[in-house]
Amino acid sequence: MSYKCGEYRIIAKKALAKDIYSFTVLCPDAAKLAECGQFVHILAPGFTLRRPISICEIDRKAGTLRLVFLVKGKGTAAIARLNEGDMLDMIAPLGKGFSVHEASAGKRVIVVGGGIGVPPMLGTAQHCKDVTAILGFRSYGNIILADEFKAVCNDVIICTDDGSVGEKAIVTAPLRRELEKGDVGAVFSCGPTRMLGAVAELTKEYGVFCEVSLEERMGCGVGACVGCVARIRRGGEEELLRVCKEGPVFNAEEVLF
Amino acid sequence: MSKDLSVNVAGVTFPNPVIAASGTYGFGEDYAPLYPLNKLGGISCKGTTIREKAGNLPPRIAETTAGMLNSVGLQNPGVDVFINKYLPELKSNGNVIIANLAGATIDDYTAAAEKLDATDVDMIELNISCPNVKQGGATWGTTCEGAGAVTKAVRAVTKKPVMVKLTPNVTSVTDIAKAVEAEGADCISLINTLLGMRIDINTRRPILHNNVGGFSGPAIFPVAVRMVWQVANAVNIDVVGMGGVTTWEDAVEMMMAGAKAVQMGTAIFTDPYSPLKVIDGLEKYMNDNNISSLSEIVGTVRPW
Repeated sequence: MSYKCGEYRIIAKKALAKDIYSFTVLCPDAAKLAECGQFVHILAPGFTLRRPISICEIDRKAGTLRLVFLVKGKGTAAIARLNEGDMLDMIAPLGKGFSVHEASAGKRVIVVGGGIGVPPMLGTAQHCKDVTAILGFRSYGNIILADEFKAVCNDVIICTDDGSVGEKAIVTAPLRRELEKGDVGAVFSCGPTRMLGAVAELTKEYGVFCEVSLEERMGCGVGACVGCVARIRRGGEEELLRVCKEGPVFNAEEVLF
Repeated sequence: MSKDLSVNVAGVTFPNPVIAASGTYGFGEDYAPLYPLNKLGGISCKGTTIREKAGNLPPRIAETTAGMLNSVGLQNPGVDVFINKYLPELKSNGNVIIANLAGATIDDYTAAAEKLDATDVDMIELNISCPNVKQGGATWGTTCEGAGAVTKAVRAVTKKPVMVKLTPNVTSVTDIAKAVEAEGADCISLINTLLGMRIDINTRRPILHNNVGGFSGPAIFPVAVRMVWQVANAVNIDVVGMGGVTTWEDAVEMMMAGAKAVQMGTAIFTDPYSPLKVIDGLEKYMNDNNISSLSEIVGTVRPW
């Protein structure tokens, strides 16, 4: 697996919601290699460890990657202070993405995103054909990327915890409804661990192929330090596999939530 | 002018004094997409044990001010996989390779050392200082008897140069250093990580699942310099310095304290190119100061 490391120019910056920012980064060499569901490892100025951020959109023609991230702590706050024109120190692309090519052949795909797990599902939706998106947010003020999803999906179902927009539900309610229709070939998902666990359980019940993108505290980001492992059952045996290398996307049935 | 940066540590020639530290560089393959690994002075490979080891449950990583904690717990595929899968390619590409060896019992150490003795690894680094495993690791390295016993046993089964990696989590690191020297160590590397802890104040849980872990990074550099200086003055064998080395100035400082070479780890996570920047910086330093061999600066600190 090949990746690049260097300083790349931020050519567009946008605030999408409270504490959520979008960077478009000019990085032709990295964009050429990138696949949806992979991530980039960003140096927050002044910090020891980089921050893993999932890739939201890939534009190989323009040579750009779009990154949408949440300010969670001091490190991501330092990244958010960078502006259009500034250089971003980035290792990219990293990890294993979603199996969009193998899994979606001919059948409907559902992408399920929760909160800051929504952005990587946009690029994933763009790489599939017949797509339904189910997106969960806390409230109306947290909704991001809805129009972009509507542009590429046949159907976009929005849920909020408080019912302020769309259904007052968690994503598994509409997911069960969609799976009932029996025409779904694959489900791809990213979001809070509890949500992913519920999505995994549901897709197993319906016998539908499902991949989930996991998150873990990360060191090197390239596989060397073995810091970011997840509990995975593969071939009957439990293993601790690297989220940065064997993941972040895993077959949902293999993940021990 | 291009300079000869090579250094000799316990009879092994490294093309330059910048070595990737064990546990931070895997078996090299993860950084191969960026640059030829043989640009480094050498690689101290991921700590291996006689049998495969699963390591600790996550989270294993926590950031700190100017550093980090880890509690990986020596997850590795076992010494046979290292020898058969990784070592041949590393050696055929001209890398100077240090095998880092850990164990729970003396028999674990000697069984793996016997296997390594039959390979073309350049040096064996004894990890008697891992803070993240309950059995073995640091329990050997915290007493003169334990450190001496492992060194003696491994010394008896291999002709390879043996480097013993010391833990800073002891009262007197110089006593341990003298003990391993007396039992036949060819050189000493230090410091391994300092034992540390972080707590999530919202959940009141330690960030690391192992509760405690090894503290590394720029924050520990002064501790490392102090211990390298003390050990270099206490023994007659070579010393390799590590602990927070990030810049070429750090490398020079470590060498002036008494290290013949340095190892870098956490700095590579911040900037994968940092070892190459240190090598370039050292070359410029030699040119600027008319130094023809880095051995000229080793141990040249002038204490007050």
